[in-house]
Amino acid sequence: MDGLGASVLTAIHLILHLNHDLLGIIVLSFQVSLVALAFGCIIALPLGAAVAVLRFPGRGLVVAALNAAMGLPGVVVGLVVYLLLSRSGPFGELGLLFTPSAMVIAQCVLIVPIIAALTYQTVADLHEKYDEQLRSLGSGRLRTMFTLLWDGRFSLVTAVLAGFGRAIAEVGTVIIVGGNINHYTRVMTTAIALESMRGDLPLAVALGIVLIVLALGITLLAQVVRDAASRRYG
Amino acid sequence: MDAPSPPTGHAGASASHTLPLSVDRLCYRADGRELLSAVSFAVQADTFNVILGPNGAGKSLLLRLCHGLLRPSSGRISWRGLSPAQARARHAMVFQHPVVLRRSVAANVYYPLAVRHVPRSERRDRVREALEVTNLAHLAHAPATRLSGGEQQRLALARAWALRPEVVLLDEPSANLDPRATLDLETLVNTMRTRGTAVIMTTHDLAQARRLSERVLFLNRGRLLEDAAARDFFIRPASPEAQAFLAGELLA
Amino acid sequence: MTYSKRFSAPLAIVVVCLLPSVFAQPARASDKPFIIVASTTSTQNSGLFGYILPKIEKDLGIDIRVVAVGTGAALDMGKRCDADALLVHAKQAELKYVAAGFGIDRHDLMYNDFVIVGPSSDPAHIGGMNNPAAAFKKIYHDKAIFLSRGDDSGTNIRELALWKTAGLTPMSARDAWYKETGSGMGATLNTAREMDAYTLTDRATWISFKNKGDLKILVQGSPQLYNQYGVMLVNPARCPETKVALARKFMDWLLSAHGQHVIASYRLDGRQLFHPDAKQ
Repeated sequence: MDGLGASVLTAIHLILHLNHDLLGIIVLSFQVSLVALAFGCIIALPLGAAVAVLRFPGRGLVVAALNAAMGLPGVVVGLVVYLLLSRSGPFGELGLLFTPSAMVIAQCVLIVPIIAALTYQTVADLHEKYDEQLRSLGSGRLRTMFTLLWDGRFSLVTAVLAGFGRAIAEVGTVIIVGGNINHYTRVMTTAIALESMRGDLPLAVALGIVLIVLALGITLLAQVVRDAASRRYG
Repeated sequence: MDAPSPPTGHAGASASHTLPLSVDRLCYRADGRELLSAVSFAVQADTFNVILGPNGAGKSLLLRLCHGLLRPSSGRISWRGLSPAQARARHAMVFQHPVVLRRSVAANVYYPLAVRHVPRSERRDRVREALEVTNLAHLAHAPATRLSGGEQQRLALARAWALRPEVVLLDEPSANLDPRATLDLETLVNTMRTRGTAVIMTTHDLAQARRLSERVLFLNRGRLLEDAAARDFFIRPASPEAQAFLAGELLA
Repeated sequence: MTYSKRFSAPLAIVVVCLLPSVFAQPARASDKPFIIVASTTSTQNSGLFGYILPKIEKDLGIDIRVVAVGTGAALDMGKRCDADALLVHAKQAELKYVAAGFGIDRHDLMYNDFVIVGPSSDPAHIGGMNNPAAAFKKIYHDKAIFLSRGDDSGTNIRELALWKTAGLTPMSARDAWYKETGSGMGATLNTAREMDAYTLTDRATWISFKNKGDLKILVQGSPQLYNQYGVMLVNPARCPETKVALARKFMDWLLSAHGQHVIASYRLDGRQLFHPDAKQ
């Protein structure tokens, strides 16, 4: 308990005396994960809705693939993205390896299946209930997709938060494609990994506590907004 | 009724582009069972048609087929030669359990107008009018999912009203309503009817059929047994099943 | 009364949360020229880079982006052209690497030494020995727990060389006491502390390591434990995208008298961690 107690004190100290380096790391962590989340949502919400609403051959396979990909190992995604972005890889000319953009891409790959699979569940349930009514009102497939996404918005907050949680907590992926470069691609999780490597376990855990508190804050905020909105809009 | 003057889009009997509806030897099978067998009838404009029959007769199914939500196994449904999509754009259906969208009451009425590309300038007026006619104007900004069953059914009717259909299809619209809400709904449907919208409504409620119908299609176990003017049907039913039904017996 | 679509609170919150992060610049995505240096972990974990990089960046006006991995992984990065300069510590492997055409202009940069650390109870009684191969023999015969990095790092390469000198070949598949962590030096030291195990570490990592617990240095000071660091450029003939001119400026700075002086001046807990030895 001694170690943990020291960590909590260190965490409080870190937050109270927020230094420039730590602030930079925190800001970058949230920047990378929120941008990844934004792109992830732009891809995954319509994707999940499309799989739920459209009927095409191989649809069952796509659903199974999405569900399986929810558990993609981060390290594997990291390696694949690394090889793609490597100067000797197909997208080497873009010069993205070891940049925050690379971390955004990798996190995006990780969270798209999660958000899409959860979106599929929500929208498929709604579609069963809404299908005839929407067709009767004249809605086409595309319009139906977006109508259902909007009607499921309160449930979909959970899907989006799940994606955010995975993104912000990811370490293996971003350390591979970002390189954990000080002041440039070091984020909370890779800083934690580094401090634990240096044997500074209290500092590592303290950083972990800071990360958890901040992530919890965002999640709580989202839930409060959702609950208020769903009370208001039914 | 002190509702606004008839909307221009509501088609008068003479101006109908979709009627007559003709149904010719319509069959529908699912899971190896024949749910509708060789149903044939025609609907002229400007009548209140009631499809009457016990539960499970296939009434709702028939309505869905006419609305183009399902495809017949065999036989033909023709709305004056229009394609199913064209036809569906000119009628509106009110379901037994209408789905209301998770948005405001007004937005629910607005939605099909946007879907069907009604000119933007018209949409607001149509929404306001539909809400006033259905007595929902005071709830315009309330979340639709919070409405009572009767209010939701009126909202479904407002949605249909705003579309100014030539034909409105009603599937047991008052099955889950109390007498007061049922009366409101029947008044509304009658208003639509008197403004020139043809009505095809299913019900298993004999009293309701008596109150509303001008013409009765009696359906039992997937077969159309009678197709008659309401007066004739209620006085002299031809089939033993209809006689039994009118006598209040349970049809198996 | 209006029926227009109403402003949606949840949507607004999402947009407000996301906008700043989309438009904000990444922490330091300056347009400053930069190079990527693949290095061994000890130089980063010991704090050496934290000490010298700001000075280099100030002198040269370029960003030095250090990706700290094991020596084997750093050499691989160079093979894939993903680094511009390499700073590693496995001289034999480095010379082969240059001979194979992956790297050019390899120079000795600095040295320190390896030490064998273990629990203070020292079950194999190697404390105070100065011959690491002999110490390894005792560990082998006592079947005392020994942790190998097992990750092709410079330290791992040296450890295997010491076993060879001792004439022994422990195998993790056969010898239960010989365990490969497959991890970096810090993680391996964390594990050694928990398992009361022996392991080989470079002195810089050891001094800067904060979770020593019951571990202490048992064997040190032998020429066999000499730890040479080298610096080289990734071969631009193989990797035309590398920034060879900037990387050379970086390397020249390290090898210059000034650079060597700065390396020598880095102290942790009052002790010098790296000894410059570039040939002037």
